[in-house]
Amino acid sequence: MQYTLYRIAKTLSLVLLCSIGLIACNGDQDTKRLQITGSSTIAPLLLELAQQYETNHPDVRIDVQTGGSARGIADSRQGLADIGMVSRALKPSESDLTPHPIARDGIAIILHKDNSLSELSRQQIIDIYTGKIKNWRQLSGKDETIAVVSKADGRSTLELFLSYFNLNSSDIQAHAIIGDNEHAIKTVLANKAAIAYVSIGTAEYNASTGVAIKLLANDGIVASTENVANGSFPLARSLNLVTRGEPSTLAQSFIDFSQSPQAHSAIKRQYFVPL
Amino acid sequence: MHHGLAVLTALVGILVVFIFLFLLQESWPLLSKISPSRLFTDPSWHPSEEYYNVSAMVVATLLATLGALAIAAPLGIAFAIYCEFYAAPYLSKALSSILELLAGIPSVVFGLWGLVVLVPVISSWEGPGTSLLAGIIILSIMILPTGALLARSSLANTAQQWRQASAALGLSRWAMVKTIALPASKTGLINALIIQAGRALGETMAVLMVCGNIVAIPDSLFAPVRTLSANIALEMAYAMGDHRAALYSTGLILLILVTALLCFSRPNLTERSHA
Repeated sequence: MQYTLYRIAKTLSLVLLCSIGLIACNGDQDTKRLQITGSSTIAPLLLELAQQYETNHPDVRIDVQTGGSARGIADSRQGLADIGMVSRALKPSESDLTPHPIARDGIAIILHKDNSLSELSRQQIIDIYTGKIKNWRQLSGKDETIAVVSKADGRSTLELFLSYFNLNSSDIQAHAIIGDNEHAIKTVLANKAAIAYVSIGTAEYNASTGVAIKLLANDGIVASTENVANGSFPLARSLNLVTRGEPSTLAQSFIDFSQSPQAHSAIKRQYFVPL
Repeated sequence: MHHGLAVLTALVGILVVFIFLFLLQESWPLLSKISPSRLFTDPSWHPSEEYYNVSAMVVATLLATLGALAIAAPLGIAFAIYCEFYAAPYLSKALSSILELLAGIPSVVFGLWGLVVLVPVISSWEGPGTSLLAGIIILSIMILPTGALLARSSLANTAQQWRQASAALGLSRWAMVKTIALPASKTGLINALIIQAGRALGETMAVLMVCGNIVAIPDSLFAPVRTLSANIALEMAYAMGDHRAALYSTGLILLILVTALLCFSRPNLTERSHA
C-alpha cells in the first residue's frame, strides 16, 4: 500500500514538474502581445483571425476573451484591452471610441417552401412567437398548428431577434429550441408548419442549393446577404472592433488584416457577411 | 505487476473525483451566490433573466431514460434468449453481428435519422414531432445493442452441464430458460440494464436533435422536452458568467444521478454469480 502511494506521488510530481517546465519554456521575452475582449458573438471569428495572424507573425501573441459588448467598451476605454469587440453600432455616448467595422450579422425568418404564406408583418411575427397566433389558418394559410422554432439562451441570433422585436427570452412560446443554424433548417424541413430564424448567410446558401425553405422579407426588404452588407435590411447589426484614440502599430496592423479580403473566408465560415 | 494495476486503478478513481471537483469548482460562482435550492424552486429556466430551475430537465431526463429502458430491455432479453437457446448457430451469429454494427453507429447519425425520418412521422400523428416520444424511440434503438449483447453473454454463461442436466430431466426448452437460465444470470441481466440506463442518461447529440428542447414537464408523449445533457450542449458554446456556472451545475446534477444509479446497482456487482 505504502509502495503504491509512493508510486502515485512520484507520477504526480513528474507530471507537475513537466508542466512547470512547459510553462517556463513558453515565457518568451520578445513576443508582442495584443489583448482583445468583448462580445461573444464576435469572439469565435476573432479567434480564427488571430490564429491566422499569428501564423504569419510568429512573434505576436493575441489573447481573445469574451465578456459581452459592454466589457469590450469598458476594457478598451480603460486601456485594459488593446481592442474591444462590440456587436452593435456605437451609441452617441461612446463617441470617445473609434469603431472599425469588420462584418455584419443578419438573420432571416424562414418557412418551409410548401407554406402558402410569403410575407409576415412585424406584429404577426411577434404574435406567433409569443403564442397569440397558433394556427396558420389565422393568417389565411393552411389549417396547421404553427411549430415555433427558437434558439437557446445565449445565442447571438436569439439576442438580435429579441432586441429587434423588443421581446424578452421568457416571452417566447416555442415548440422546439435548437442549437445551430443547420439544426434549425433541418427542423423546418421535418415540419412543414414550422417557422424559424437563422443567420442569413446559412439560409441563403441552403435556399440556393435547393433546400426546401423560403426566406421572408422584412419591412418589404428582401432577406439577402447583399442587403445586409449595404445596410438596408433591418434585422441586422454591425460587428465592430473598437479602439480608444490612435491604435498601436500592432493593433492597427491586426485591424487592417481583419478588414482585408483575407478575412472574408473566416467571416463567411461564421455565417457573417463581409463588408 | 499488481502494483502497476493498483496505480492504474487509482488513477481512474482519482479522475472521477477530479471531474466531480472540477464541476463543483465551475458551478461554485453560482452556487455560492444563490441558494442551491433555487435550482428547483425558480419559476423557470431563463439564465439570461437569472432563473435557473432545472427540475423539468431532471424529470425529462428520467422519463426519457425509463421510456427507452421499457422498450429496449424486454427486446434485448428476448433477443438474447432467442439467439442463445433457439436460433440456429449461423443465424444467431449473423444477428449478433448486426447488433454489433448497430452499436457502432455514431449518435449524431441516429439524431439525423431521427430528425429527418422519425420526426415527420410523429408530427403527422400529433404535435410538432420533436418530442419525448421521438427521444424515447431513438434512445431505445441506441441502447438496445449494448443491452442485448450483454444479456446474451450473461445467458451464455449458464453452465453447460446445467443445460444438459435439464435436458436429461426432460424439461422443455422454455422451462429451462425460465427456471434455470434466467434466474442464474439475474446479476448479469441487471447489470446490462444499469449500463443501458447510464448510456441513456448521458446521451446528448441524438436527443438534442429530436426532442425539441423545450424546458417544461411534458404533459404527453408528444410534448417536446429538454434533457440535462442536451441543456449543456445547447447553451455551453455561448454561455458566460452565471449562465455558464448554471450549466456546470446541470452537469453536476447529471453526475449525481448517474452515481445514484451505480449505488443502486452495487449490491449486484458484489454478489457472486451462480454460474
